[in-house]
Amino acid sequence: MTVTDAVPSAAPTFGQPVLEASGVTMRFGGLLAVSDVNLSVREGEIVGLIGPNGAGKTTFFNCLTGLYKPTGGQVRFAGAPLAPKPRAVVRAGMARTFQNIRLFANMTALENVMVGRYCRTSSGAITSVLRGPKFRREEAATRARAQELLEFVGLGKSSEHLARNMPYGDQRRLEIARALATDPKLILLDEPTAGMNPQETRQASDLIFKIRDSGLSVVVIEHDMRFIFNLCDRVLCLVRGEALVEGTPAEVQSDPRVIEAYIGTGEDDDEDEPAVVRDVVREEDES
Amino acid sequence: MSDVITTEAQNKPESPPVKGAAAAWPLGLAGAALLIIGSFLSWSYDSSILENLSLNGNPGGLQRLTIIGGVVALVLLLIAKGPLESRLGQWLDATLGLRALALYLLIYMVLVVVAISVESDGLINVDPGAYVSLIGSGLLFAGARLLPLRQLRDLGQARLPSWFEILSIAVIMAVILFGAAYALDLKDAWSFVLCLLFYAGVIAAMFRTGTLSWFSHVAQRNKKVLTLAAFVVAFFFPFTQNGSDANMSIATQVLIFAATAMGLNIVVGLAGLLDLGYIAFLGSGAYVAAMLSESAFATINWHPPFPVVVLIGAGVAATLGLIIGSPTLRVSGDYLAIVTLGFGEIFRLAMFNLDGTNGPLLTNGPNGIPAIPELTIGSFNFGDPHTVAGIELGRFSNYYFLLLILLGFIILVFSRLNDSRIGRGWVAIREDEKAAEAMGVNVFGLKLLAFAIGAFLAGMAGTIKAHQDVAVSPGQYIFLESAFLLAAIVLGGMGTIAGVLLGATILKLLPEKLRFFSEYRLLLFGLLLIVMMRFRPEGLVASRRRQLEFHEEDEELAVAVESELVEEAK
Repeated sequence: MTVTDAVPSAAPTFGQPVLEASGVTMRFGGLLAVSDVNLSVREGEIVGLIGPNGAGKTTFFNCLTGLYKPTGGQVRFAGAPLAPKPRAVVRAGMARTFQNIRLFANMTALENVMVGRYCRTSSGAITSVLRGPKFRREEAATRARAQELLEFVGLGKSSEHLARNMPYGDQRRLEIARALATDPKLILLDEPTAGMNPQETRQASDLIFKIRDSGLSVVVIEHDMRFIFNLCDRVLCLVRGEALVEGTPAEVQSDPRVIEAYIGTGEDDDEDEPAVVRDVVREEDES
Repeated sequence: MSDVITTEAQNKPESPPVKGAAAAWPLGLAGAALLIIGSFLSWSYDSSILENLSLNGNPGGLQRLTIIGGVVALVLLLIAKGPLESRLGQWLDATLGLRALALYLLIYMVLVVVAISVESDGLINVDPGAYVSLIGSGLLFAGARLLPLRQLRDLGQARLPSWFEILSIAVIMAVILFGAAYALDLKDAWSFVLCLLFYAGVIAAMFRTGTLSWFSHVAQRNKKVLTLAAFVVAFFFPFTQNGSDANMSIATQVLIFAATAMGLNIVVGLAGLLDLGYIAFLGSGAYVAAMLSESAFATINWHPPFPVVVLIGAGVAATLGLIIGSPTLRVSGDYLAIVTLGFGEIFRLAMFNLDGTNGPLLTNGPNGIPAIPELTIGSFNFGDPHTVAGIELGRFSNYYFLLLILLGFIILVFSRLNDSRIGRGWVAIREDEKAAEAMGVNVFGLKLLAFAIGAFLAGMAGTIKAHQDVAVSPGQYIFLESAFLLAAIVLGGMGTIAGVLLGATILKLLPEKLRFFSEYRLLLFGLLLIVMMRFRPEGLVASRRRQLEFHEEDEELAVAVESELVEEAK
């Protein structure tokens, strides 16, 4: 936890921007789920993304990672424009986890992480059938790297366990390990502590700092405000698809608009929300 | 006999809760003995039916099976209570095994009596021997029911010296070889069915005693030995047939079917794509081989050597696969099934119409391309019989060996792809396509690859099939064949090698062997599949992963599989 204390003062030392999203807009028919959102993430930075349910946080993630094709705006990654295709995104160096855990349930922990290595390895069908030295080397390297990542997230002993049998907290960590296996420069975490107890949450933030310290940038969606304000260098608050406030945790925390968005008229909002919005939100959660 | 009755009488009043438990063992023993004694007597007055069961002291085929069954039952009884109990009793579940075996033997004996009376007009022709054995099986059944159940150790945990494990693989393989050769030799339908019933009984007994699960552990530990043994057995099969062309013809049919099903297994079992027109790829390989053959009806005047033909045939099939796959694999599941279904029909109709009037002359339309000459590779002509070690191997044996090599190749491709980066990608796609995509797996590319590899392998099989069948015509490549291929995979176990081989053998062998059956085969296979879907959706031989997929909510299974995985990793 010593790392935690050092964070807030480290703000100005970040490197080049890794991710630059400008004017990202996502429209589903008549509904504007994400509207003109800008986000820039620099090397070694942890950015938090907050907002009430249905604010468009996950949709925004999906736009960044190519699961949705944004209807407007541009995403640049490491200086180059990024095609909205999941594979191109992963290859460029952006990996993600999912809000509702999407592990390969019937594969072991190790196999899950090895799938993450897919885009960084190249053995084709013929190589796989012939089993030459290159294939063996690559398989061994994949296995070793996967095991290393499992140890990194603290699952070194669970490598042969089936993902579906693992405890909830371990599944979250396994998903992070799988994302890390793609050798990302930036990792997007969608509610990494949802459903966790305080101790697990603390472990999760330790893990995120550890990831940052290994040279990655992190973007986190989270509802746990203590967690997010403790963790992040910068926080962006989305409300109804629009960027409401962006700033340091202290700034966002004290902004009256943020408080209002969360608490002020929250009850009424839920009542007034048209059915269409709810449906889209539900769809978003499922996808 | 009197001994049995007295023990039974003595024990009855003593222990009401385990009524008859003490009598169970002698009852079973008497049953097994009667079963065996009866088998040495005449069963049937009519010597012309069921391959002659009418001799005293010289048991016929079905009687020999009964003797084997009786001996197995005796051994199980001795394990339950007797000299073998101390050594094997704590591992083998003799009671459950005996119950299963006795049930099957009882059904078997009843059917024997039915068969004799049906085949020779009336019960009058059933000789006392059959009744003795029937009573014996009944006593055995009753005895087995009364035997007490016991708590046992998990046979999967048993560790025996590795030479013993390898020996047991060899023994089982030899039994399979002779069992298959014996069953294939039976000309008579009743005998064949009864023989299969007997095999089912033995397998059920093995399953219930736990021997089968022990053997599957052994197989896991000695995969290479098992594979080698299986191929050795398959290799020696023609030598057991004494040049019988009828059986070898069936065997080659089974091999072609199995090889094709194994190719489809890559598409269906590994990549999880439903392909309902797979037979078209086999057909395109066959047509290519026919068109390039030396047949007088061949439409292309270029006759390259066979290895080149194989590559062209496979290449054409793979190209067709890519053409069909690339627009349709982007959409999911059902659409692909419909498109491939349509493709299968288009292929058949195209072959039907490329006859020179409706289209270019390539296939001779409905007449097909007959008189395809025998395959020759170098100076080896596949039509000539050869004599090896004094045993004549006919035309079909030659094709059999070639197909065996092909099947081996397809199995190699299957298992190596399964255990590779690509195989992991396929599993990931089956598990969660979206997540796989988000992890950088090339979903579309991998699906297309599965489709192309499957088509390629089917094309290869097709080029051999054309020569072996001597003729190709559109009628051979109908939707029903695709459905049967799929049924073989579903029945045997998607994504497994042993399962699909088993499924293909069952589906091809039964209609070939049982003519009366082939009329109802659609009905019966349909029923069989429905029953399978209800009770064992993962197939006869389940792949671990598929079993998990089909039983999403079964926590126990998941834990069991996991402990196996952990143990294997050690």
